[in-house]
Amino acid sequence: MKRWLPMLGGIAVLLVLAALPLLLTAYPVSVASRILAFALLVVSVDLLTGLTGLPSLGQIAYFGVGAYTAGLVGIHWTSNLVVQLGCGVAVALVVAAVTGALAVRTSGVVFLMVTLAIGELTHRVADGMTLVGASNGLAGIPGPTLLPGGEPIVLVGYLYWWVLAVSVLGFTAAVIVSRSPLGRSMRAVRESPTRLAAVGQRGYAVKLVAYAFAGALAGAAGTAWAVQARFVSPGDIAFSVSALALLSVVLGGAGTLWGPVLGAAVVVLVRDWLSGYLDGHGELVLGLLFVVAVFLLPRGIAGARAWRPAVAPPSAPHSLGSIA
Amino acid sequence: MGWLDANLISLLNGVALAGLLFLVAVGLSLVFGTMDVLNLAHGAVSLLGAYLGVALLDPGHGLGAYALAALVAMVCGVAAGLLLTVLTQGVRDHLRQALLTLGVALVAADLLREAFGADVRSVPPPALLDGSVDLAGQTYPTYRLWVIGASTVVGLVLYVLLERTQMGAVVRATVADRAMVEALGIRTSWVLGGVFGLGAGLASLGGLMASPVLGAQPGLDNTVLLLALVVVVIGGLGSIRGAVLGALLVGEVQTLGVSLLPEQASFLLFGAMALVLLVRPAGLLPSAFSPAVTAR
Repeated sequence: MKRWLPMLGGIAVLLVLAALPLLLTAYPVSVASRILAFALLVVSVDLLTGLTGLPSLGQIAYFGVGAYTAGLVGIHWTSNLVVQLGCGVAVALVVAAVTGALAVRTSGVVFLMVTLAIGELTHRVADGMTLVGASNGLAGIPGPTLLPGGEPIVLVGYLYWWVLAVSVLGFTAAVIVSRSPLGRSMRAVRESPTRLAAVGQRGYAVKLVAYAFAGALAGAAGTAWAVQARFVSPGDIAFSVSALALLSVVLGGAGTLWGPVLGAAVVVLVRDWLSGYLDGHGELVLGLLFVVAVFLLPRGIAGARAWRPAVAPPSAPHSLGSIA
Repeated sequence: MGWLDANLISLLNGVALAGLLFLVAVGLSLVFGTMDVLNLAHGAVSLLGAYLGVALLDPGHGLGAYALAALVAMVCGVAAGLLLTVLTQGVRDHLRQALLTLGVALVAADLLREAFGADVRSVPPPALLDGSVDLAGQTYPTYRLWVIGASTVVGLVLYVLLERTQMGAVVRATVADRAMVEALGIRTSWVLGGVFGLGAGLASLGGLMASPVLGAQPGLDNTVLLLALVVVVIGGLGSIRGAVLGALLVGEVQTLGVSLLPEQASFLLFGAMALVLLVRPAGLLPSAFSPAVTAR
């Protein structure tokens, strides 16, 4: 019985999410689309930060690669959504594998700073490259189609359903990976690389595969972002966004995957939606929320006592101090 | 000589920027080195100093007003540092420290924007330093020479304090082995609070000194924080000499690099950082005692 509870909960959440366009007006639905795309980015950050113990500020790079690839495919080749998704994921996967080959040689603070460099370099490349509109952003992405020769989808609700489908697929893939032998190896990288080596696995290979997979997920999130906004700008992949993505993971509860999704929802809701009612002081509330969460929710939203009455033993602190 | 003449101004601008970056970055470095706290509110503390410049420095002010503003900036910075010490006490997890300190930074940035507006505010230099001097046939703003001189003096004082006094020995010992220092009967929490306060005070002072050059505006806190982080990781965490070297490298890359290679300018800084980290993960001149190194 207990095993079915999360699954029933998941189905209920999915039904509510799918019904949103029928219940809400256009603007809240577009905010919901943005939350879903951002949440998938945050899930990819959690795969590295929470599961593998590699805190990353660089997933925004692959998010950007996915978004710009989808936009370019839309402008120059085809408006087909599936092709845009496939191309965005493929390019992000390749870029993540190549850059990851260098990045995963490090860990801890150094990994954090190397990924920050990757994110900032991508941001600056996008800001200077005329092919993708430089600092003006990539505009003029035509309305996407689902079937070859079909009508362009322009209604916010239909676009939302596509973003929902991509995010749910991506989230499911992340959950499957985290429960697979690869996921166990990723946790072993976090907990004890030495033991992982002792049972004959190469930590470097595990980290690289995890990095490439997380990059592909971030790419999928990027394509969804480009589809719902029909516009990509360098501002979408700035340092502030990657910092918020990492903080969403911590706020939600690192390593749980579903917690960071809630964290992402809280962050976007407060910053983009609640801010409108607060005279533009969304960041003030967000900041206070972060400070309060550190003291009231030591293990994030997912670790709150409401979910599990029995208190689990506190986990070891997530330390960035050691470099080796 | 021709090259030096042509690039003297950029070279000096690089040193002046390095001086300002050093003032901000050295606190970030020492706090991480001694307290193992990743203080991402450091940029906001520096922006506080810059806005104090906006509030306290009128056009044509004298050196007395400037010194008073510097003192106020130091005091406010130290107070902010002590507040952050109290807040981060007991939060050992680096990611939660990031959440906490960035949360504080968001609140501070919002309050500063509320108080001073969203526009770029410029700050005049003291009347005495407002002119320019003749350097090898070229004119150069006096205030930037003052920045170079003042940050050099602060750096030397810090170095002597930490490396040549008993107080400095206690701080270095706390970095190396906190439990042992505690066993000697010294309250390490006071030492750590002092380091945090001093670091934040210098960041605020750096922000004030930078305000006649860089002005004050929302978003400057993030720029300063990013540059300071780059300085600290390039130089090596917890080391003053590393912060000096990192600041000089970043300062020159940002000015000389931009004037020599304008096409590649935007990639130079983070490209250089990635390169340094991949070749020497602990930075160029890491502190011999910092936990980051001893854990290897």
